Amino acid sequence: MIAVEVDELEKRYGDSVALKKISFEVNRGELFGLIGPDGAGKTTLLRILATLLLADKGRATIHGYDTVREYRTIRNLVGYMPGRFSLYQDLTVEENLRFFATLFGTTVEENYGQIKDIYDQLSPFKRRRAGKLSGGMKQKLALCCALIHKPEILFLDEPTSGVDAVSRKEFWGILHRLKRQGITILVSTPYMDEAMRCDRIVLIQNGIILSIDSPAEILQRYPGPLFAVKADDIYGLLKFARELEPVELSHAFGEYLHITLKDKRAGLEQLHVLLEECRFPGLEIRRINPTIEDCFIRLMSEPELNGNRNG
Amino acid sequence: MGTEMDKVIVCRNLTKQYGNFKAVDSINFEVNAGEIFGFLGANGAGKTTAMRVLCGLSYPTSGEAWVAGFNVYHQQEQIKKHIGYMSQKFSLYENLTVWENIQFYGGIYGVPHAEIRKRGRELIVSLGLEKEMKKLVGELPLGWKQKLAFSVAIFHQPRIVFLDEPTGGVDPLTRRQFWELIYEAAAGGITVFVTTHYMDEAEYCNRICVLVDGRVEALDTPSKLKSIFNASSMEEVFYQLARGAKRKSD
Repeated sequence: MIAVEVDELEKRYGDSVALKKISFEVNRGELFGLIGPDGAGKTTLLRILATLLLADKGRATIHGYDTVREYRTIRNLVGYMPGRFSLYQDLTVEENLRFFATLFGTTVEENYGQIKDIYDQLSPFKRRRAGKLSGGMKQKLALCCALIHKPEILFLDEPTSGVDAVSRKEFWGILHRLKRQGITILVSTPYMDEAMRCDRIVLIQNGIILSIDSPAEILQRYPGPLFAVKADDIYGLLKFARELEPVELSHAFGEYLHITLKDKRAGLEQLHVLLEECRFPGLEIRRINPTIEDCFIRLMSEPELNGNRNG
Repeated sequence: MGTEMDKVIVCRNLTKQYGNFKAVDSINFEVNAGEIFGFLGANGAGKTTAMRVLCGLSYPTSGEAWVAGFNVYHQQEQIKKHIGYMSQKFSLYENLTVWENIQFYGGIYGVPHAEIRKRGRELIVSLGLEKEMKKLVGELPLGWKQKLAFSVAIFHQPRIVFLDEPTGGVDPLTRRQFWELIYEAAAGGITVFVTTHYMDEAEYCNRICVLVDGRVEALDTPSKLKSIFNASSMEEVFYQLARGAKRKSD
């Protein structure tokens, strides 16, 4: 059963292309992630699917309904949480919720079950103005407002941006509970680590899909071994590694550098030989499993890498 | 104070109180020259308050602190001259061009005209912005803005630069280029004091200080913290520390 079908969607703003022939499907009940940096096209895509923006070309359907012709039906099916906090700052928590319930012809009482879990944490502040809430609380209130009409699909645009790590973790806990209730969730995020919490993800960059699959599959497709290397002088090591001919990619990754070699059969020993010559104090080399971020960087670098190979 | 010459920041029982509320509660730490020092905490932990005191923008209630050797009570103006500051929310003037921003910031920090021109050119070349020099900053992609904002923040060669959540939202490659600029600055002797919500980014820091309810709850290198908390990532370390916070970020 398909919840969302996107077929060759295109959107431009003047000269800049926001989406280039994007196609994918989201299954019912799936927790589906749109992963990509600012400017990748995530918001444009979600706004088209939420029937708030018209595409230039292509089409999209939600539960089979066309986003252009049948937008009224879709708006009742869908809960949308925009990226920018869009509740009424000078209404209280309670008033915002009641307002959104009324818009959809329902009441808070009727659908309270839908939001109870989340609202319990907010209720101590129900008479506080929305504008005075912390980031984590605002985000929970926005989610409640998006859920109050019992939507079957949720579109969440960067719900965890600018929210601290603890609140982010809680928020993903909530999303998993909603998924268990059968709600389809399409969520965008610039945080690569959040990708691992989705059933399937698309990696988008500059309006193009780089990859689409389950996180595990994407990790598995990473070609060849990846090494983590560190030394006391990490910046010196980075500059040194970049100059080595056998090194393919070399990037800072927290305490370590992540390095791949052009020769995919080469192992730890070869890298040891390459780096030990320079006698960096505190040198440490390990083979590691790639993260989604490694995959993203790799996919972004691919045009350049292929270019070098051909040239 | 002579004994603290290689310490670029020194905090001793630094406290900032609003009424009965201790936003910053007797914090102690020292930051070394050329160090990349990560300052972490959940929303509401007191990061911004502490940073405002260290930047010479607000007075502490009690305790002592020196920044670049200057006292936070009576040498605020000196502090401001010797630090750089960049945040995601505010850094460059979007309706000035790239070149005008460089001139403007160089100007306010009192860099001589000839120097601004010379170093400004070098900066433009090193960032590869030759073609964009006369473009409005608002027209640049976010990643370029961030790199330019950082370079402008250290244009007057401060002893220390404060980065307040500098890199939200950019792609992983651009973020790495940004961190390489930070490494380069630190290798050149500039101390970097950075707050971030990206826990993986915390791992780029030499040392990390975690603030919970206005107090320093942990301070060490990322690898030591991970081994102390028996965690595989800074994310886990942070979670263990911050979930105990009483001050819910409401």
